Amino acid sequence: MGKVLMTGNEAMAEAAICAGCRAYFGYPITPQNEILEYMAAHMSAVGGAFIQAESEVAAINMCYGASAAGVRTMTSSSGPGISLKMEGISYLAAADLPCVIVNVARGGPGLGNIAPSQGDYFQATKGGGHGDYRMIVVGPATIAEAIELVMLAFDLADKYRTPVMVLSDGMLGQMMEPVTLPEHVALASLPDKPWALTGAKGRGPNAVTSFAMDPADLSRINTEREGRYRQIEEKEVRYRETYASDSTIIIAAYGTVARIARTTVRIARSEGIKLGLLEPITLWPFPYGPLRELSRRVSTVLTVEMSAGQMVEDVRLAVADRAQTPFYGELGGLVPTPKDILREVKRYVS
Amino acid sequence: MSANADSMVRVFERPRSLTDAQFSYCPGCHHGLVARIIAQTIDELGIQDRAVIVAPVGCAVSMYEWFRCDGIQAAHGRACAVATGIKRVRPNLIVFTYQGDGDLAAIGTAESIHAANRGENIAVIFINNQIYGMTGGQMAPTTLIGQWATSCPGGRNVQLAGYPIRFAEMIAQLDAPVYVTRQALYDQKRIMATSRAIKKAFQCQVEGKGYSLVEILTNCPTNWRMSPVESNSHLMNEVVKTFPLGDLVDRG
Repeated sequence: MGKVLMTGNEAMAEAAICAGCRAYFGYPITPQNEILEYMAAHMSAVGGAFIQAESEVAAINMCYGASAAGVRTMTSSSGPGISLKMEGISYLAAADLPCVIVNVARGGPGLGNIAPSQGDYFQATKGGGHGDYRMIVVGPATIAEAIELVMLAFDLADKYRTPVMVLSDGMLGQMMEPVTLPEHVALASLPDKPWALTGAKGRGPNAVTSFAMDPADLSRINTEREGRYRQIEEKEVRYRETYASDSTIIIAAYGTVARIARTTVRIARSEGIKLGLLEPITLWPFPYGPLRELSRRVSTVLTVEMSAGQMVEDVRLAVADRAQTPFYGELGGLVPTPKDILREVKRYVS
Repeated sequence: MSANADSMVRVFERPRSLTDAQFSYCPGCHHGLVARIIAQTIDELGIQDRAVIVAPVGCAVSMYEWFRCDGIQAAHGRACAVATGIKRVRPNLIVFTYQGDGDLAAIGTAESIHAANRGENIAVIFINNQIYGMTGGQMAPTTLIGQWATSCPGGRNVQLAGYPIRFAEMIAQLDAPVYVTRQALYDQKRIMATSRAIKKAFQCQVEGKGYSLVEILTNCPTNWRMSPVESNSHLMNEVVKTFPLGDLVDRG
């Protein structure tokens, strides 16, 4: 298939269908409406379920039901709607249910605005819902990468029986790019789900639950899940390094800001500044190890975000005092330009 | 004439759809009756291997452990959304929710109304005991006017807390539901009528007709601070004045 011109939102929806998603439940909120609309138009053609739910709370709980029934399931929303989904995400994690949640992040807190933002990093990576749980979070920088990561999100969700969030933003969701769409995966090739609710025929009953009254039981269940989280931290860290070997200063950025920072690096290199870039692709698990290694060889790791400084806390955990770790952020839906970032870089170039 | 044990006919037994696990309800509570009626219905319709229980939060939180059927535990109020998700991707399953008055008519009002309004092909079993049982007797949306509860120590005051919600009547206003009824369990006649209603609701789903709601007036001797016998009299003499019994919609 040749290239097609699509918005990020449409591309993420199509990628989900390609990945075998056969249940989508959502509620309108800008800037992610095109995902809902794309699913409304295309899900029935592949025999999948689509409902415009009465709320984001209902949508995530429909996901909880459909996922429990063994079907690849997705919902999407933005800031305020993602907050409403947090109850359901905690239950999905606790019931060991796979599910993909796309957050096309907008300005916050509160109603904020509909401009792109990275202010939901804490909520996504540190557990916005209640209780001890983790959620795999991936942060695409381009539409092509968003397609790849949506496909990956479904595989990781099934493999580890966990919700996975695709943390994009209003810029990525609304922009159009020419992309190559992947082949549809064969549903028969997807992993078996012997735990799913399919009717207790020829087997004992299956129960999907997050409830364990006895503290010893809940402790055992949670400890088993923590073991899976440790495996994820060990095996699923993804990141991209640019000019890592000879840089004296490194930008740490993800998503839309990482893409902008690639241009900053090009400009800086043309001016003789030894600037590199580290882009976390998985935000949880965060690439602490690679960043720690990198920090031994540079003087500065500059974190750039469209937030007041959220990922920078993970960067500082990784770098500790091996390098200086300044922060540059834009707030309120403002997007930094390559030159804005270069200006900040030059403050730390001797 | 002495009966020969070998020739005796068994006329009453534990439904096959129930496991041997013991219910966790208080003595005299109607919840156990409803569980038994549901299990018997599942037996009679031969749907044990297709039935999926959507269990609530509260006294029935682990009811899926009592049935030889697949089951799932839903967040408080979300059972109808969870049931919707299951049924839409596996229409051959027979999916029912089991929800109390707080679950269905307070925290889950939106999910409950919209599943009904979409005409989801599910059965909703609504346990209306006019109180929050598991949490210790707080006021429910269905608590009677003047009724004492721990969170309305002077009795339900309509100026502060409004009136008991007649949920079946609300659902009956919608175009999609095929069967909406209110039943009770305070005497044998009512138990038989409730059994017929639950069977009809499941039958509607098996036949693909659509959404059913069976609201059942039940007791809570523990939190009402009554004996089981007193609680049955209270249902028969007082509760039915606020919540009249009978079918509200029958398009089945």
